[in-house]
Amino acid sequence: MSVKTTTVAPVMAVTGFWREHRLGKLLHVVVVYGLLIGLSFLFVFPFFWMILSALKPEFQIYKWPPQWIPDPIQWSNFSDVFGNPYLPFDTFIKNTMILEVGMISGRLISCTLVAYGFARLEAPGKNILFGILLATLMIPNAVLRIPSFILFNEFGWINTFKPLIVPAWFGEAYAIFLMRQFFRTIPKELEESAVVDGANRLQIIVRIIVPLSIPVLTVIGILSFKDIWNDFMGPLLYLNESSKYTVSVGLAYLNGQYNTQMNLLMAASVVLMLPTLILFFFAQRAFVEGITMTGLKG
Amino acid sequence: MSAATQAVTKKPFWSSSRRDALTFYMVTSPWVIGLVLFTVVPIAYSVYISFTDWNMLSSPNWVGLKNFKDMVDDPDVAHSLWVTTKYSLVSVPLRLSIALFFALLLNEATKFVGVFRTIFYLPGVVASVAAAVLWQWILNPRFGPFNAFLGLFGIHGPNWFTDPDWALWGLVLMSVWSVGGEMLIFLAGLKGIPRMMYEAAEIDGAGRWQRFLKITLPLLSPTIFFNLIMTVIGSFQTFDSAFVISTARAGAIGSPLKSTLFYMMYLYENAFKFLNMGYASAMAWILFVVIVVVTYLINRSSRKWVFYGD
Repeated sequence: MSVKTTTVAPVMAVTGFWREHRLGKLLHVVVVYGLLIGLSFLFVFPFFWMILSALKPEFQIYKWPPQWIPDPIQWSNFSDVFGNPYLPFDTFIKNTMILEVGMISGRLISCTLVAYGFARLEAPGKNILFGILLATLMIPNAVLRIPSFILFNEFGWINTFKPLIVPAWFGEAYAIFLMRQFFRTIPKELEESAVVDGANRLQIIVRIIVPLSIPVLTVIGILSFKDIWNDFMGPLLYLNESSKYTVSVGLAYLNGQYNTQMNLLMAASVVLMLPTLILFFFAQRAFVEGITMTGLKG
Repeated sequence: MSAATQAVTKKPFWSSSRRDALTFYMVTSPWVIGLVLFTVVPIAYSVYISFTDWNMLSSPNWVGLKNFKDMVDDPDVAHSLWVTTKYSLVSVPLRLSIALFFALLLNEATKFVGVFRTIFYLPGVVASVAAAVLWQWILNPRFGPFNAFLGLFGIHGPNWFTDPDWALWGLVLMSVWSVGGEMLIFLAGLKGIPRMMYEAAEIDGAGRWQRFLKITLPLLSPTIFFNLIMTVIGSFQTFDSAFVISTARAGAIGSPLKSTLFYMMYLYENAFKFLNMGYASAMAWILFVVIVVVTYLINRSSRKWVFYGD
């Protein structure tokens, strides 16, 4: 049924164009879709090349003209990447997941509390604090990197996950801002009736605000997952032992090794890219909303 | 205020607003503590060490403006600033115009918009390190598909990341691949332009190009302005891709021949390789000033070209 509608509808649309409009309009559609298809091919090609290279035996990777279809398909490239004794990607994935869990939970819990305060509670100095919150969005990372490194070094936190996880428990300006905007759209009457029933603020947050804010919490959770998974400079600065590396740092080191085999490097790149790509396919709306809501990129 | 009114207002009004204020300070305390600990103190400390010669091994000595004077005499500071500027001057306009072009195409299309939008945004969700490693292979002068493609037209492609004249442009090319974020913001801006405007213009006999110049561009200018500021700020802090690609070649930062020595990479090298924390902090503050000045200039120029509805 669905096949039928998709094949018939465009034909009707085209004949409709043909009858009602000038040739120019049809040409316009052809040019637009022609360009879209051509450019799509260019944009997808690097992924395609990466996957093909990741499945080739090494000698086929340096063949010219290129051998398109790997023969045989060498799945062992992936097990070599995971089982590499010096740069084990299974360990890197485990490390990155520890950061994901530690940072996302911290960020969601702390930002919910702070955002609730800014959205609903009145207190002297609130507007000044909110102004400061917005101002911190504009501080460039470069200025904070060195003193933060020194601070964490003083704490003895270098080569642990603490410099990455602990700050996440103290809120994050853009997430707080986003949540505050969302919380303000929730009707106040819901809370007032809960107060009548004797609920305190914490109960209101947990029982009313959080269940109603699943969309914004999902957006923040998903964008955070991607940012943490992809982060390079943070883990690069704070983690020195290969047993502590994250996937990004692991791939950078693999790339830096003198005699890197390209097929293994591409297999490792697939491993690094795949989770965020899969996540993107399942949560496209959250990504698109996050981008257009906050104007954040990457 | 009489005792009677106080007695009336005391219970419901006074106590609840006071409790609200207290609750406010309690729930926002994680962020306030974090602000002091991870932002205010580091910033103050960064200002202080930029006036010292601290190398993390001995205690810091106050050297006044020496770090800033040394920067003037350090050819690599000027060089890295120039590399960064050169990259930004080419990459930012290129990225923005391509992102705008894609957004316009998607805005013209009626079917499969979601599919194409996904495809163009896809590279934007990919880790910068993985993208860098992949593009190193795409631009491999002997076995990479890019030069092979050029070869179809009889063009002998450059050596890209191993040629000091081309390495930076390889990075520009790579940066164009990930314009999805800017594209989505442009698309949202285009969707915000009322259709009526176009219909009215069409009735008046305005052609496609005229409608673009007279309606789309002016009404999109606030979005262009936003994207411009964000992209410029981002490009001045370029680090990941250039670091990954250049250290893979002979392990030297900014190789070949410092052609990709971005400012942030030279700063990184001073701070975390040579442990010149004082000097690197001074560099960070100069970068901050540069970004503030550039943003201010763009903001000032915006009065001439950004059009706000009212």
